Amino acid sequence: MKTKKDISESIRKVDSEEKISGRAPYTSDISIDGMLYAKTVRSPIARGTIKNIKLPKMPEGYHTVDASDIPKRNVVKMIYEDWPVFAEKDVNFIGEPIMLVVGPDKETVMNLADAVEIDFEEKDPVFDFKNSGVQLHFDKGDVDAAFERAAKTVEYEYETGYQEQAYIEPQGFVGYPEDGGYTLVGSIQCPYYVKNAVLDTMGEEEDKVRVIQAPVGGAFGGKEEFPSVTACQLAVALKKIQKPIKFIYEREEDMETTTKRHPSKTKMEAALDVDNNIIGIRSNLALDGGAYIGLSGVVLSRGMLAVTNAYTVDNLDVSGDVYITNTVPNGAFRGFGAPQMIFAIEMFIHHIAKDVGEDPFAFRKRHMVKQGDKTSTSGTFRDPIILSDMVDKAVEISDYHNKAKAYEDKDTFKGIGMSWFLHGCGFTGSGESDIIKAQVKLKKDDKDNVHILVAAVDMGQGPKTTFRKLVADLLDVPIEQVTFNYPDTRYVPDSGPTVASRTMMVVGGLLARAAKSLKEEWIAGEEQTITKQYKQPEYIEWDQDTMRGDAYPAYSWGVNVVEVEVSKVTYEVTVKNAWNIYDLGKAIDERIVLGQADGGQAQGIAYGYLEVMNHEQGKLKQKNMTDYIIPTSVDVPKMENHIMDNPYPLGPYGAKGVGELTLVGGAPAVALAIEQAIGRKVKKIPATPESIMELIDNG
Amino acid sequence: MAKVTFTLNGETVTVDEPLNMRFLDILRKELGLTGSKEGCGEGECGACSVFMDGWLVNSCLLPLASVEGRDIMTIEGYRETKRYKVLENAFVEEGAVQCGICTPGMVMAAENLLNRNPSPSEEEIRIALAGNLCRCTGYEMIFKAVKRASKEGEGLW
Repeated sequence: MKTKKDISESIRKVDSEEKISGRAPYTSDISIDGMLYAKTVRSPIARGTIKNIKLPKMPEGYHTVDASDIPKRNVVKMIYEDWPVFAEKDVNFIGEPIMLVVGPDKETVMNLADAVEIDFEEKDPVFDFKNSGVQLHFDKGDVDAAFERAAKTVEYEYETGYQEQAYIEPQGFVGYPEDGGYTLVGSIQCPYYVKNAVLDTMGEEEDKVRVIQAPVGGAFGGKEEFPSVTACQLAVALKKIQKPIKFIYEREEDMETTTKRHPSKTKMEAALDVDNNIIGIRSNLALDGGAYIGLSGVVLSRGMLAVTNAYTVDNLDVSGDVYITNTVPNGAFRGFGAPQMIFAIEMFIHHIAKDVGEDPFAFRKRHMVKQGDKTSTSGTFRDPIILSDMVDKAVEISDYHNKAKAYEDKDTFKGIGMSWFLHGCGFTGSGESDIIKAQVKLKKDDKDNVHILVAAVDMGQGPKTTFRKLVADLLDVPIEQVTFNYPDTRYVPDSGPTVASRTMMVVGGLLARAAKSLKEEWIAGEEQTITKQYKQPEYIEWDQDTMRGDAYPAYSWGVNVVEVEVSKVTYEVTVKNAWNIYDLGKAIDERIVLGQADGGQAQGIAYGYLEVMNHEQGKLKQKNMTDYIIPTSVDVPKMENHIMDNPYPLGPYGAKGVGELTLVGGAPAVALAIEQAIGRKVKKIPATPESIMELIDNG
Repeated sequence: MAKVTFTLNGETVTVDEPLNMRFLDILRKELGLTGSKEGCGEGECGACSVFMDGWLVNSCLLPLASVEGRDIMTIEGYRETKRYKVLENAFVEEGAVQCGICTPGMVMAAENLLNRNPSPSEEEIRIALAGNLCRCTGYEMIFKAVKRASKEGEGLW
């Protein structure tokens, strides 16, 4: 009898050859006869009112497209609807789109866009955290009582900076009129977000808008909600001009005007009993939302929920605000609020331990969450938690304790840091069941080929391979018999956005159910279609108003250990090694998961010490790959990753979420290593040489 | 306007375009060769890498005038070689491809390294690829792929 291979055993990714050879048709590779080019005219000021617009003489065949051309609503449909398609009267950030110039010759289009003269009445911009646009709050137990009986309290504040997704392929769409409607092909994570936003702005019938995913050259959240903005602008232009239009951002435009990770400030206050046990935490997470809220409220929520990370604290009071400022709107980025909060709590728990004179490692282990404990929102950790074993393994492979001891010698300027953390898998709270309502289809044709019909996007993380592998394995057919084309909303149902580490657990889970049904009902040579709809596990209860209950159906877990050396002369940080252990249930393809682990950690560590972005009076100071530094091949440490087997009963083959998990622990791990190397508490990231110098000079 | 003649993937090509036009645009728009990608447009990311007289260059920084009389090889030419096949297989086997937008340029940089140093150390690989940015992989599997190609392509470089 043939023994079936374990699903985790890696296979060759199905789309690598076309990408390596340069054949894969990314959005900017698409060319259509008679195609026009579009360029955005933007606000040069951070806040003001448009008084007058003077257009240059437009040659024949050249057009402008602005708010007056919008058929229905000048707002981009997102979770919170405040982001205009085009600024109409008021501008609220430098770079805010006011109109498009569209025409056949790209250089002429650029020159015309530059020649548009706009008079503004300037207003005082706001950059401080003073206008809160979203307030959230939840509590657990009785935090006031905890603070009343506290033997001591400890208080710190933490700060994080911007992070730019820096996908190597900038934002872009190609659009064309089709069947009285519009087709948009683009670099996107969420075909149905784009489609629904365009329908809403255009007031069109459902079948008039078609959205197709092109191969995506990196996204990391940056192509989650933002493409809805450019898609709506392009659709307005298509309606007016009725010709194919290419609308691709150049790097500087992309970096200066698209969403980024929210800068944050987190206040933490802990109440300790006489034995130095944390009995309560009060926390406030403040995010810089930029000019429009968009989905910042949901980012805030995920951040707040991570307040106690992988520790159990019985009494909590957690509040959060999204502040509106006259800067580029911030939005989705791998981790989605969690990296800010996990940085804060991981540093805080070390700082508490240090302040009360305890060994941080022992202190943290004492507070570590166990199966059956209550979550921050009073839900329950139902599934087995193997974090303690993972920490033991991380200690062993990194020689953590010996190094930590050796590096206590301040002259070494070396340090080792360890973070451990969780990440909630899928949408927060009741999002999956109330908002997304994912649907998937498996269609078998009369030749018995099986077609996967879902809206999930492969942006490098591998579902083109893993979905086919999963379905083929369950059907017991060769992978070649299963197809999964780039999603096209004309053919695929709305299986939800490609976000929140939900792709394998939720969409893959539905596909697994569909494959099992198809196998049972299989009739050779006949067309068959199986549809499956998401259903929340019945034991999951969540109250959105009080933010109480099970915020997530499942959690993935991780441990990161990072070793650094800091230059005594320049304070430059060299990241020497990283060891990582992950519990993501079950890997559907081990090498693909390890690829996520490598890449996520490179981004997470760099967030902690390398990637600097800031603005001056609303103008971003880093606008290209020269100014904004991401890790190169000489910056990344030697990495060793291990995946645990801890199958989650409701995931396909036991799989949970992966993508974001691998990023969220990097920053605190590297910051803790730097903290040890320099003998100073790190409370702000990125920990650049300049900020290290300040810490050392100021004690 | 002067015409510019050069060798492209083994064939003689003449183009009649402004001399200051970026060579990357000539390739992608005028000649339809879209394997060279634009990531940054300023020579930082390496996604547009091509060979000019055997030297690895960023085609986004190259004005058309400077290719006159030169021998250019892009990914479309390179992918027809035996060396490419070895690198392609190594990149697939090691999982070195995620979103793939940097990959054609990365493969050109790997060729450039192996051509000069057929058995590079990891340190030499890291240095040789430092001009090519990848945001997905953390580079680890790319290092492994280059090592594998170096081993499996023995004698080709």
